[in-house]
Amino acid sequence: MNMIIKNKTIVADDWTVLRLQEQETPENVIVAAGKVIVPLKVWQAQRAALQDRKEIGVWLASDERPEELKGDIEKFSVIAVDFPKFSDGRGYSIAFNLRARLGYSGELRAIGDVLRDQLFYLQRVGFDAFAPRPDRKIEEVIKGLSDFSEVYQTSFDQKLPLFRRVQRKANEAASSQ
Amino acid sequence: MYHYDEYDQQIVDERVRQYRDQVRRRLSGELTEQEFLPLRLQNGLYMQIHGYMLRIAVPYGLISSQQMRMFAHIARKYDRGYGHFTTRQNIQFNWLKLQDTPDILADLASVQMHGIQTSGNCVRNITSDEFAGVAQDEVVDPRPYAEILRQWSTFHPEFAYLPRKFKIAISGGKEDRAAIYAHDIGLAAIKNAQGEAGFRVVVGGGLGRTPVIGSVIREFVPWQHILTYVESILRIYNQYGRRDNKYKARIKILVKALGIDEFKRQVEADWADLKDGPGTLTGEEINRVASFFTDPAYETLPDHDSKLNEFKADSRSFSNWLSRNVKPHRIPGYAIVVLSLKKPGNAPGDATAEQMDFVADLADRYSCGELRITHKQNLVLADVRQKDLISLWQEASAQELTTPNIGMLTDIISCPGAEFCTLANARSIPLAKLIAERFENLDYLYDIGEITLNISGCVNACGQHHIGNIGITGVEKKDHDEWYQVSIGGAEGNDSSISKIIGPSFTFDQVPEVIERLIHVYLRERFEAESFIDTVRRIGHAPFKEHVYATGFAAQEDEADGKHVVLPAQYEVPYYSPRF
Repeated sequence: MNMIIKNKTIVADDWTVLRLQEQETPENVIVAAGKVIVPLKVWQAQRAALQDRKEIGVWLASDERPEELKGDIEKFSVIAVDFPKFSDGRGYSIAFNLRARLGYSGELRAIGDVLRDQLFYLQRVGFDAFAPRPDRKIEEVIKGLSDFSEVYQTSFDQKLPLFRRVQRKANEAASSQ
Repeated sequence: MYHYDEYDQQIVDERVRQYRDQVRRRLSGELTEQEFLPLRLQNGLYMQIHGYMLRIAVPYGLISSQQMRMFAHIARKYDRGYGHFTTRQNIQFNWLKLQDTPDILADLASVQMHGIQTSGNCVRNITSDEFAGVAQDEVVDPRPYAEILRQWSTFHPEFAYLPRKFKIAISGGKEDRAAIYAHDIGLAAIKNAQGEAGFRVVVGGGLGRTPVIGSVIREFVPWQHILTYVESILRIYNQYGRRDNKYKARIKILVKALGIDEFKRQVEADWADLKDGPGTLTGEEINRVASFFTDPAYETLPDHDSKLNEFKADSRSFSNWLSRNVKPHRIPGYAIVVLSLKKPGNAPGDATAEQMDFVADLADRYSCGELRITHKQNLVLADVRQKDLISLWQEASAQELTTPNIGMLTDIISCPGAEFCTLANARSIPLAKLIAERFENLDYLYDIGEITLNISGCVNACGQHHIGNIGITGVEKKDHDEWYQVSIGGAEGNDSSISKIIGPSFTFDQVPEVIERLIHVYLRERFEAESFIDTVRRIGHAPFKEHVYATGFAAQEDEADGKHVVLPAQYEVPYYSPRF
């Protein structure tokens, strides 16, 4: 069984991510039984059959829009966002919009080129689950969650900017003048 | 200037710790170079021709004497005794070892500095008016907003992997001294009819391969909303900016493709959701940050020092310096002094460790312990008493920092060029030296008057050649020789324009003569007191082009066979360089 990082701990995971192979189309691909995270296009093509499953997940490619899931959000046990390359930053805004604008509150998982040094940012925009690239040690990757202990700006994880959360120091020299 | 509190310090210290571990993992092979690349870039570390180059942020160009001394220390301990001030108000060290860089960043953190986001596809160091707080035409002091934007953009989780780099500039004077129309976002701090502060927001400007003057997206965004408005611009760009072609990935291409109206519609739809939310700036926060930028205890002084006039009459050098390098201050009896890093024969923007220590000392004694780096690659002492100008000038002259050429032809803006940079097609610094030496004669220089000359070694335009009155660009031709395009008619500021190429490109040795010919046409055609740029705008390119190409150029010996080979770097590559 695969291991993933979920809610800041390493856990076993029994979901399968379905990726279309050559000659498979969203319409003709057979979605295996069990817990499967299907591509958005497969969901859209086979919605009638898939929506009756007890547990189903969907994943978005970095060039797909989270708004496409509007109205369906409650149907998924997990939504994943794929990072084709870790340097493709679109997934960060997809996650933010899923959480902050579409109100998704279930598991949001980063899949694909998921590496230690991006984990801190990923968790801030709303990801709570991470499937690291298989060649990496997950015990190392998880360390990335705790690179920083303080942040300046709002994002999904932190609704208030630092300046609204704490009393910050003004210039003492100026106030004594 | 701004001082870190415990939160700022903690964030920067944790960054050093994170980076130290990344370097360890790179050296052990745990991280591939491809994976390490964006991590080191977001700490300002490049791999250049000779080795690693570190770009250190000087936020909005403001620096204390203590921080300047740290640069001198780094130059001595880790580098070759000098540094290079850049067009983005930063400093670069060219000869570093990877193994040393975590220690350098730790040294910097000890004086509240860092290299965070000075490179990479993220929000870069925010640049501003070098005369902020002291300019006579200031409407709103941009520095508190620049600092607030610095903090907001530092490690913004959503915008660390944008399609391409992202540059924000902010100005607060009637005259734009921050080239805001040449930035991804330009902010002009202004006041509305009710006297409330806010920003005219300009988006989609930029230089590089496709130079574009930015478009106004909103005439007035009240100061409370500036962070959320900028956030919405970034979010639209992050989602829709092109990622398939790095030359079409800047926000200017997206704004052009959508049109400013549609781009604005998308931004404001996103913003509707943020406006008045918790990201809105508070009066308490702006007051807190502004408390670091209050006036020093200015003395009441007469505005014209009689001793100054006497000395001026006696010394032509001093009088030249006074009229070229000293700018009016908003407080009577004070002056703004620009220390020139453009002595002909020197590399534009370079300063030695001795000069850095020296200017730090000058700042302590004459200007409240602070300095500014200008985007024209000079240094500024912003709060000098007029009665101190003579002694300051005498001391600074001994360190070759008083060349009276600010705003003149030899005040050349230049990128490091092909001797250092892996992107460049041609050398910049030796060309800048050659041109400066040709125009060294002060009478001639002053007769030519106000003019800007910018050199970039390639189309990426670090030397901002598109907004120089004369722009020079290193271009690649099929045979990989060194060629330069010359363009005229560019300008920055309120009347920004993009320069146009005059014709076929030139060899290294021909360029100074080309500049001479351009100047010849200007001197022939100008009306009285008309500047070079105004003459170009009035008479157009044709007379310049005609004269430049009318006659041939004297052949150089090494050009006999028609080849103009790029000279190999004149520097010895150190053994520890990955290029060794």
